Amino acid sequence: MTNSTDQSEASGFNMAKFLETYGILIVVLVMMLVLAAIRPDVFLSAQNLTNILKQNASLALLALGMLVVIITAGIDLSVGSTMALSMVTIAIASRAGVPWPLVLLIGPAVGLAVGWVNGVGLTWLRLPHPFIMTLGTLNIARGLTFLVTDGAPVSGLQPEVRYLGQAYYDFGIFAPPAGLPASLIVVAACAIALWFFLTRTSMGRHIYAIGGNPHAARVSGINVDGVLVVVYMICGFFAGLAGLLLAGRTDSGFPNAGIGIELDAIAAVIIGGASFFGGRGTVLGVLAGVLIMGILRNGLNINNVSAFWQQILIGLVIIIAVYIDVLRRRASLRH
Amino acid sequence: MEPVRDSSPGALLEARGISKYFGAITALHNVNFHVAPGEVLGVVGDNGAGKSTLMKILSGLFAPSEGQLLFNGEPVRFSGPKEAQRRGIEMVYQDFALAGNLPIYENIYLGREPGRKLGPLTLVDHAKARRMAGEHLDRLHIHVKSVDQNAEDLSGGQRQAVAIARATAFDAKLVIMDEPTAALAIKEVGKVLDLIKSLKQHGVAVIIISHRMDDIFYCCDRVMALYQGSNFAEAPLDATHRNEVIGWIMGTKGHEEALAHDQLH
Ligand SMILES: Nc1ncnc2c1ncn2[C@@H]1O[C@H](COP(=O)(O)OP(=O)(O)OP(=O)(O)O)[C@@H](O)[C@H]1O
Ligand SMILES: [Mg+2]
Repeated sequence: MTNSTDQSEASGFNMAKFLETYGILIVVLVMMLVLAAIRPDVFLSAQNLTNILKQNASLALLALGMLVVIITAGIDLSVGSTMALSMVTIAIASRAGVPWPLVLLIGPAVGLAVGWVNGVGLTWLRLPHPFIMTLGTLNIARGLTFLVTDGAPVSGLQPEVRYLGQAYYDFGIFAPPAGLPASLIVVAACAIALWFFLTRTSMGRHIYAIGGNPHAARVSGINVDGVLVVVYMICGFFAGLAGLLLAGRTDSGFPNAGIGIELDAIAAVIIGGASFFGGRGTVLGVLAGVLIMGILRNGLNINNVSAFWQQILIGLVIIIAVYIDVLRRRASLRH
Repeated sequence: MEPVRDSSPGALLEARGISKYFGAITALHNVNFHVAPGEVLGVVGDNGAGKSTLMKILSGLFAPSEGQLLFNGEPVRFSGPKEAQRRGIEMVYQDFALAGNLPIYENIYLGREPGRKLGPLTLVDHAKARRMAGEHLDRLHIHVKSVDQNAEDLSGGQRQAVAIARATAFDAKLVIMDEPTAALAIKEVGKVLDLIKSLKQHGVAVIIISHRMDDIFYCCDRVMALYQGSNFAEAPLDATHRNEVIGWIMGTKGHEEALAHDQLH
C-alpha cells in the first residue's frame, strides 16, 4: 500500500469522525439560524435565549444521567419521579426550617438513594431488564411524592435553596430578566465532570465496555454488578439535582412535576446519537439533543404553534434522528 | 475412596477432583489436571466434553462445584478472573470476549488501564495505552491498521489476534487458549503456534484447546483428552500419535489406527 492511499484513507476517516462528533452541533446551529431568520426580534433576544437555557436545565441533567444508563444498554424510567420526590422533599425541608446547606444536599441524596435501589434491585434480584425495576421505582417514587405532600404543592423556599435554579448573572449588560443562568453553570459543570469521568477514568471506560459486551467486561475482571449500581446512582444523583434546580426555578415542590419527562430525557439522549443498545453515546451529543428539543419547542412556541403540534413534531424528530443514524452506520459499513 | 495424590511435583497449576454442575447438567466430573512452567499442554475432546468449562474454572470465571485448585502447590480459590489474572493466569476465550465498541488498545488493557491511580479509579493515560498496545502488537508480529480501530470493525482473525494480545500483554505465567486457531487463515495459524513456542521458551505454561491435530502435534509437549466431562486419557506427545488422540476424542482407546481414522472420515 502506498503512502498516498494511506493518507487519503486517514483523512476520510477523520472527516467521518468529525461529522460523527460535531455534526449534531451543526444541526443545532441550523435550527437557530432558521428561527433567527423567521423571528429575529423574538428568538435572538437575550431574554428568550435565557429562557431556553433555564427551562431546559433540569431536562439536561436528567438526560446526562440517562446517557450513562443507556450506554450500559439500560434504561431508567424513574428519573421523572425521582426529580419530583427530590423537589418536594427539598420544599418540605426548606419550609420546616432545616438549615439551607442541608436542604441543598437533600435533593441529590434522594436521587442517590433511588438510584441505589434501582441498581441493587436490578443486580441482586437479577431482574431481566432495568425497564422493570425502574418502572417499579417510577411508581414508588411518585407515590411517595404524593404521600408526603398529600398531593398539594409546597411553596415558599429559602432564598439560598432557590438560588441555583433562579439566579442569573446579567453582568450589567443584559436587561433583566436576561443573563447567564446559574443553572446553566450547574449543567456545564456536570457535563464537563461527566465527560471527564466517561472518557478519562477506568470506570467510565468500563461503563462503555459493559454496554458493548458485558461478557468481555466480566472476563476482564470488571465488577459488572458494582459498576451498574454506580451507574444508576449517577443517574439518580442527576435526577435529584434536577429536582433542586426545578424547585428553585418554580419556588415550590410540585408533586405532579416531571410526569413523563423521563421520555424527553430518553429522546434527547437518542437524538444526541447514543445507541439504544448500549456502548455508544457522548456528553456533547446529549447536550445537543436537549438543545434540539428545547429550541424546537421554543421556536414553535414563539411562532404560536399549538402544543399538540409540538408533540407531533418532537415525535417525528426522534424518528428522523435515529433514521439518519441508521443511514450513517449503513454507509460506514459499506465503507 | 481415592487416595490423596501428592501434588504433581513442579506443577504451576493443578486441579484435583474438579466437578462442575449447571443445575442438573454435569459439565465436569472429578477431573484432575496439571500443567508445569514452560509446558505446552494440548486439551482435546468432543464438542461439549467440558474443555471450555474446565478452562473457565482455571481462569477464575467459574467456581468449581467440587474440587480444589493448587497454584505453585498452594490451594487457591479464585473469586473472579481478576484474582486469576493477579496470579498470572490469562485466557483467550473461544468467543474472544472483546468489546466491539472499544478500540483495539482499550480492549487489550480493559480492566488494567495504565494511568495514575485516584482512589478506586484510574485516570487512564490513553496515549500511553496506545503506545504500549502498538509496541506489544509489533512484538507479536500482529498487524492492524491502527490501534484506534474498534474491535467490531476487525476481521475474525484480527479479533482473535487482539484477544491473544490481551492475554499476553501482562507477564503471564499461564496462558490458556480456547481454540485460538479456529478463526484463522493458515498463515495466521502458524504465527499463533510460533507464539506459543516462544511463550514456552520464556517459561510460560500454555494450555491450548484445539480440534486440529496439526496444532496439537506442532507445539504441545503433552496432550490430555476429556470425554463427557471426565478425564479420558493423556500422554506425552512423543508417546502417542494422531489416530490414537482422535480415538480419545471419540471415546475409544486401544483401537486399530485404521479404525479410528475411518470413524473420523
Ligand atoms: N453456563 C452454562 N450453563 C449450562 N450448561 C453449560 C454452561 N456452560 C457449559 N454448559 C454445558 O457443559 C457442557 C460442557 O460445555 P463446554 O463448553 O465446556 O464444552 P467444550 O468441550 O468446550 O465444547 P466445544 O468443543 O463445543 O467448545 C455442555 O454440555 C454444555 O452444554
Ligand atoms: Mg469450548
